[in-house]
Amino acid sequence: METVFKKTPVLTDAVMHYCPGCGHGIVHRLVAEAIDELGVANKAIAVVPVGCAVFAYRYFNIDSMEAAHGRAPAVATGIKRVNPDNVVFTYQGDGDLASIGTAEIVHAAHRGEKITTIFINNAIYGMTGGQMAPTTLVGQKTTTSPYGRDKEHCGSPIRIAEMLATIEGSAYIERVAVNSPGNIIKAKKAIKKAFETQLAGKGFSLVEVLSNCPTNWGMSPAESMKWLEENMIPYYPLGVKKEV
Amino acid sequence: MTNTKKQLMKGCEAIAEAAIQAGCRYFFGYPITPQNDIPEYMAAQMPKVGGTYLQAESEVAAINMVYGAAGAGARVMTSSSSPGISLKSEGISYVAGAELPCFIVNMMRGGPGLGSIQASQGDYFQATKGGGHGDYKMVVYAPSSVQEAVDLVQEAFDVADTYRIPVMMLADGIIGQMMEPVEFTKKSEGRKLPEKTWAATGWDREKSTRERAVINSLYIEHEELQELNDRLQARYKEIQEKEVKVELYNTEGAEYILCAYGTVARICKSAIALAAKKGIKVGLVRPITVWPFPTKQVHDAIAQKSVKGALVVEISAGQMLEDIKIAVNGEKPVDFLGKPGSIVPTAEEILNKIIELGR
Ligand SMILES: Cc1ncc(C[n+]2csc(CCOP(=O)(O)OP(=O)(O)O)c2C)c(N)n1
Ligand code: SF4
Repeated sequence: METVFKKTPVLTDAVMHYCPGCGHGIVHRLVAEAIDELGVANKAIAVVPVGCAVFAYRYFNIDSMEAAHGRAPAVATGIKRVNPDNVVFTYQGDGDLASIGTAEIVHAAHRGEKITTIFINNAIYGMTGGQMAPTTLVGQKTTTSPYGRDKEHCGSPIRIAEMLATIEGSAYIERVAVNSPGNIIKAKKAIKKAFETQLAGKGFSLVEVLSNCPTNWGMSPAESMKWLEENMIPYYPLGVKKEV
Repeated sequence: MTNTKKQLMKGCEAIAEAAIQAGCRYFFGYPITPQNDIPEYMAAQMPKVGGTYLQAESEVAAINMVYGAAGAGARVMTSSSSPGISLKSEGISYVAGAELPCFIVNMMRGGPGLGSIQASQGDYFQATKGGGHGDYKMVVYAPSSVQEAVDLVQEAFDVADTYRIPVMMLADGIIGQMMEPVEFTKKSEGRKLPEKTWAATGWDREKSTRERAVINSLYIEHEELQELNDRLQARYKEIQEKEVKVELYNTEGAEYILCAYGTVARICKSAIALAAKKGIKVGLVRPITVWPFPTKQVHDAIAQKSVKGALVVEISAGQMLEDIKIAVNGEKPVDFLGKPGSIVPTAEEILNKIIELGR
């Protein structure tokens, strides 16, 4: 019998702790497959965040480091400067990257650090129980924006991919989504491209992945994918934002 | 520059050179007075030895770069001054929790807040009692001359590697800015350093002989966290037994014992000479490691029969004072001279205080 699909060995056999229908699991698979297909698992280093993906070092079957909240790009910088032949990536949520870690991500891009960032934008703080993130949409209800995000009070959602694309040192920036099989295929391509950018020594690469948080959005997985498509994609347009 | 001739050097530069000679090849820092001569020296010299100097966007980023580099197995350091060390404190706790070795220099300046850029000893608590969160310790060296600082640098890196812990040099800004003749002759104390088999350098599922590396301080199950803490505490105990460094100066049969570290200890020595002229026999206990603290040596020097009392001198409101009091345990009176901020006590003031104690 022909095998048409098998789990990549770049993921361990550990059972993932993510909620049913959460996008984190999908993105883990895409990242692991990309690393596998590029044949760089033996030199890849994952730098994982504080957020729901805090245990990602249990799942990526490669050398890994856990970073303090928001500091993954600085940790990745330290690793890459010591061993430039390593393929170093950070995997970060939107609280981690777009709030507490903005200085680190902006300056990693600004230095043209030859690392790759996988940025999971799920418009909320998942791990801490559904608080407002900088990426939370205007009007979106969270535990700390119980009346819906008010633009006058706390600003508009931040578009990280567009912002980082303006920085001279960034070499490849794309926004993708994991809400449909078609978009998942595109996401995989983008992730692979980002690693290729690093391997080519071109500079900083980042893929922003629009993802869901059914648990804290208070929706079923299917509803959450629909909500992502109808609400997030219009505000966060998909596509390549920069390629050098 | 690897010649061993005596040369006149600024403290900061001498420490930086000593680090390079100790094999440090990675430096991540952020400008702050009075330690800028360290990053400036590193920026000039690291490229010449194939090393990396990188100016981080903040002290927060710098210590996290150190974490990454240390986790990748490198001999790595950072330096800063008081407000910057506060920013590094979260990262230092992570370095300690992930059991990584690194070297951190704090050229203390006056505080709290933005304080002053003059010398101070206000960060003793921060360095020896924590600073960051959780039950962690650093070995903390407090040199009192440029030469001593240089001699302690190699030791600091070796101790960090031996115990997989962060090691700090706690110097006051005077040490950093002062020019003194120094020699780079001190070689490693011949410690056998463990191999860094835990470092994250890339892992081959089929060929690697080591386990997959996970550099981490997260232990979500409380039993696992307990195991980490037990491991750390056992290491700290071993350090307390083996790594204490202290200078006892003129303490035998002294009437008064001064207790001071860093530059202040040198001023105390001048006060001791002034006191001798007046026929008062004064000794000095100078902790060189302020953690592990020389509790026993302090006790034994002060509890001697001849001693009438001890005087702790600091550029602070009295921080090491607490450790001295614990060591003396009420057996003799312990007095304090010092001011928080940046006012350095003079030898005459110290002498006058000793005379006052005698009344
Ligand atoms: C310094 C610090 N501040 C706050 C926290 C608490 N905290 C843990 S995860 C998190 C946010 C996670 O949200 P996000 O980055 O969006 O990731 P997600 O869980 O949604 O994947 C916060 C605030 C922390 N661990 N450290
Ligand atoms: S809380 Fe949200 S982001 Fe976290 S695992 Fe559950 S669904 Fe995913």
